[in-house]
Amino acid sequence: MKKIAKILFFVILLLPLSSFTVSASGGAGVEHSGANIADTSSLQRGAKWYVNYCMGCHSLDYMRYNRLAEDLDLSEDMVQMNLNFSNAKFADTMTIAMDPEQAKAWFGKVPPDLSLVGRSRGADWLYSYLLGFYQDETGAWNNTLLPNVSMPHVLWTLQGIQTPVYRQETNADGFTHEVIDHFELTTPGSQSTQEFEETARDIAAFLEYVGEPAKLKRKGIGVWVILFLVLFTFVAYLLKAEYWRDVH
Amino acid sequence: MAKIASSISKQAGALLNWFDDRLPVSAFWNNVMTGYMAPKNFNFWYYMGSLALLVLVIQIFSGILLAMHYKPSAAEAFASVEYIMRDVDWGWLIRYMHTTGASFFFILIYLHMFRSLLYGSHKAPRELLWVFGMFIYVALMAEAFLGYILPWGQMSYWGAQVIINLFGAIPKIGEPLTQWIRGDYFISDATLNRFFALHVIAVPLALLGLVLLHLVALRENGSNNPDGIEIKKNKDAEGKPLDGIPFHPYYTVKDVFGVGMFLILFSFILFLWPEAGGMFLEHDNFVPANPLVTPEHIKPVWYFTPFYAILKAVPDKLLGVLTMGASVLVLFFLPWLDRSPVKSIRYKGTWYKVLLTLFTIAFVRLGLLGMAEGTPAQTWEMRVWTLVYFMFFVLLFFMSPHGKTKPEPDRVTH
Repeated sequence: MKKIAKILFFVILLLPLSSFTVSASGGAGVEHSGANIADTSSLQRGAKWYVNYCMGCHSLDYMRYNRLAEDLDLSEDMVQMNLNFSNAKFADTMTIAMDPEQAKAWFGKVPPDLSLVGRSRGADWLYSYLLGFYQDETGAWNNTLLPNVSMPHVLWTLQGIQTPVYRQETNADGFTHEVIDHFELTTPGSQSTQEFEETARDIAAFLEYVGEPAKLKRKGIGVWVILFLVLFTFVAYLLKAEYWRDVH
Repeated sequence: MAKIASSISKQAGALLNWFDDRLPVSAFWNNVMTGYMAPKNFNFWYYMGSLALLVLVIQIFSGILLAMHYKPSAAEAFASVEYIMRDVDWGWLIRYMHTTGASFFFILIYLHMFRSLLYGSHKAPRELLWVFGMFIYVALMAEAFLGYILPWGQMSYWGAQVIINLFGAIPKIGEPLTQWIRGDYFISDATLNRFFALHVIAVPLALLGLVLLHLVALRENGSNNPDGIEIKKNKDAEGKPLDGIPFHPYYTVKDVFGVGMFLILFSFILFLWPEAGGMFLEHDNFVPANPLVTPEHIKPVWYFTPFYAILKAVPDKLLGVLTMGASVLVLFFLPWLDRSPVKSIRYKGTWYKVLLTLFTIAFVRLGLLGMAEGTPAQTWEMRVWTLVYFMFFVLLFFMSPHGKTKPEPDRVTH
């Protein structure tokens, strides 16, 4: 009786839980990126793609060049020659020169700073977003994750141009509508599909790292802290058992 | 060697005597630690109090360090938090201590309160102990709400917007009241400044005072125990309770073990999973506050969601606010709603086990529903559990004097 009650308790507690778990990084169309911030060469490539293709418009206001060098195993010269295209000093943050007023006129909105996009959106979302650009019927850039996005597909020379192939879908109410079935690469880019997925993964990993540089060290320290605490707690347990021997 | 050691202990003894002649150091220690006899049958649930005290210390300690680097201004707050996360030595550790501590504070307090529902710790003569505890809980909710605005992210801003607007539901004075709270026509620099002042000075002071009262009231009658019987009824020739053991060293050493277990769990979150999947640190709060862009889905942090669900369950705004207020207020009266002749669930009979199980399910479900997007089906579910939540107190009041009980033992059991 007791067991049945307990089982029932947890069943009621957790039953439709799955329907709630809509996290900011989840949702429809988000694919697993496989981004790994422990892979330093992936972060280095991500940094290269980012400063060359993204940083014209998207600043990293909270990220410093010297921190980048330290964390990504790069020398000051390598960073200043290859990643810093402005007059910024080595210890400066990765700001950009674009005027927000003009940016608004060009794109309809100011391209946001991406220092923390790795935390608000997550690597999987970023990866899927970068893979989700396509050219729609009007000839304009569109995106599966952000419909009618104002950002153009800046990586199109790498990926090429993909256009959607639609299929009809009937929903529960009997209405038929078109959904994207898959994409067709109508204009090839300089990278193969696999290479481009690798590029998107590197950029996603880089932005995840930029979102929280401390993450690189945090986990390693944590393992040692927990190991120490396990030892401490074991000794504390022995001490407690010793003291409590005479309590009956 | 032995000579030196005995000389040192003599000197230390003399020093203690010097202090004792001027300040009741030994008397106090004896009174609250070595001479205080606690029931010997404490179980898992009795770790929560001392652990909550530990988290209070962690929060004050990490809070002081954060306040050294944080800038309470709308223009600089968000950037100063990132400065702490990136440029301050061990800043990320300090901040995660504080954010993890906030959530764990509530986990511990909820378990601590649940212990009282299990073993009747709120019943006579410990009613005031419970009431002080409830004031601590309310102060803690205020502290958490005030602190949540400080990072000045989207959730900070819009969460505060929603909560402050609740006061606007009050007829006539509602609108001016919300302005008075904000110090402006909308949430702004003025709001952030005053919330900072309240978060770092006013509420912590109140909390410390309340915790002191809670502890003084605890020592006055001593702890309850899982059997819910008074150990002072059975004393030996010297007048010591037969089922009591000195708090120090027995429970101090046991609590050290509890602290170890707790810190393992705490460190696991802090170092390996500080966002707890968006539960402890919400994804949207990594976007700077923007008064012009409303986030898709505004919800409070997990520890407020049961009450938020109760608010959303009621279709009328004012009635919703009142219902939500009542759901917290009713807890203050628990000692007088529970009229059972026995304290512990062990001797209360099946009726109470059923009531408490339903109440617990209602609270947890409301918490989960409060985080959800809010489909019509979920709104109906919220209404059901809100009803169950309140029915617990109504049925407790009417059933407790008549409900079946089992005979209480004379001595504590193992």
